[in-house]
Amino acid sequence: MNRVARVHDAGLLTTVQDGGRTHALRYGVPQSGAMDRFALAAANLLLGNAPNAAALEITAGGVELELLAPTLFAITGAEVAVTLNGWAVPTWQVVYGGRGMRLALGYRQGDWGAYAYLAVAGGIAVPAVLGSASTYLPGAFGGYAGRKLARGDELHAYPCQRDPAAYVGRAWDVAHRPAYRACPSLRLIAGAHADLFDATTLAQCTNTRYRIAPSSNRMGYRLHSSHALHPARPASIASLGVLPGVIQVPPDGQPILLMADAQTTGGYPIIGVVITADLPLAAQLLPGDQLQFAFTTHTEAVAARAQMQHWLAHAAHLRPPMSAYAVPV
Amino acid sequence: MGEAALLVQAQPDPALDPAEAELAANRMVLALADLLDALALPSIETVVPAISSVLIRYDPLQLTSARLHADLRRIVTRLVPVPATPPRVVTVAVRYGGVFGPDLEEVAALLGITPAEVIRLHTAQIYRVLMIGFTPGFAYAGILPPVLHLPRRSTPRTAVPRGSVAIAAGLTGIYPAVLPGGWHLLGHTELELFDPQREPPCLLRPGDGLQFTLHPNSPVGLL
Repeated sequence: MNRVARVHDAGLLTTVQDGGRTHALRYGVPQSGAMDRFALAAANLLLGNAPNAAALEITAGGVELELLAPTLFAITGAEVAVTLNGWAVPTWQVVYGGRGMRLALGYRQGDWGAYAYLAVAGGIAVPAVLGSASTYLPGAFGGYAGRKLARGDELHAYPCQRDPAAYVGRAWDVAHRPAYRACPSLRLIAGAHADLFDATTLAQCTNTRYRIAPSSNRMGYRLHSSHALHPARPASIASLGVLPGVIQVPPDGQPILLMADAQTTGGYPIIGVVITADLPLAAQLLPGDQLQFAFTTHTEAVAARAQMQHWLAHAAHLRPPMSAYAVPV
Repeated sequence: MGEAALLVQAQPDPALDPAEAELAANRMVLALADLLDALALPSIETVVPAISSVLIRYDPLQLTSARLHADLRRIVTRLVPVPATPPRVVTVAVRYGGVFGPDLEEVAALLGITPAEVIRLHTAQIYRVLMIGFTPGFAYAGILPPVLHLPRRSTPRTAVPRGSVAIAAGLTGIYPAVLPGGWHLLGHTELELFDPQREPPCLLRPGDGLQFTLHPNSPVGLL
């Protein structure tokens, strides 16, 4: 294991996340993992890592690290201003930083962006807990000692031999990313209990702009609007398995969109489930941001998932550009 | 449940009484989860068994929903429920009442029986762990004898102590960590219910038997 960076400013909430853990769901252990799994995979694939290798998930920017070794890295996800020793460096691109350099992430620019992913060649090295490097903060396990990063922490990476010349400057173009934007319209498939709601209520669900409430976090987004959603008839629902993307409707009628740290089971009516391909769009929103819903079909959802797989597969054909990004020294 | 998950719901047998039907449904659910585990199909990512349903998470790019539906219909018709007698029984010694079970007196009053009678009923049978959910390691076990059925507390507590043994809605469970909760607290155990460094991480697993016993140092006893 190689020392790769020291944390000088950990920002609001920076954790180690990977593709998540699914084999302990039956023991009530949430999936966790990156909120934006596409951005995590893109950062890793740019560097030649496995798509679900562990990386830093940086909430709302504001982080500063010192590189402790020459490091190939890539930052994807939220559009934040990134500097290396004060020089602006691009996101969604492989950059080579030298020992002792300061890597700083600013705050989000524009009207969307919540999580930036910083991946390093080889992947961040932390002990696996229940098969994953992901941090589950409520349970205080996984990732970096089960907690968010703090000033002074030292990060390690798995050793890997990568020729910088073959990687520096590899970039992920916009055409192969989800259509990140403010107030995205998230496509959803009718949920297990959609039939408890009448047509007017279902239409209301898709004609409303929801605002993400301040109490939202990695477990889920509480969504507020002027219209509450109520089932047409009362129903008692036995707790059933749920997953990220599920939209639950608690008794107050203000829906909850479950995200990466969602509990494994739930007993509220499920009005719909956001399709996997649109979860990255949801992940790049912060409390106060808005979103909408639109019903779609299973066929369209599978096509969107295939499209996303295709975008990730294109990483195999990435070549460094002729004029590789020059590292300021 | 989205394009990458399918919920299989067990239909309770209307010929049985509701508690028996729920237990029977749970035995089918666990049998399906076990079978899918044993098959270890690459297109099925994981299965999440609950009380009377199984959530199957799969990759729709490898396995179409139509194919999965057809396969499940074939599997389910031949499914043999897991045995009614749990293969493993976990014994949990409980200190009832006092600071360990702050709701014991109130529960007894609500049910019109004595605290000792509540303890006698709670320790009288082997429960079945029906599912683990809500939080890592929280086992929903049942089904309680009808006399112990109570709805959840109208005002949930913001912090229930770790190890609290509780009842609500015909079920009994143990809080594996300090958590908010609306169940009635009868007692407390010192057992470690959940440890992420352990494989598997839970003391109790779906399908296990759960037997509560009276801890010798319990503040309230059977007399």
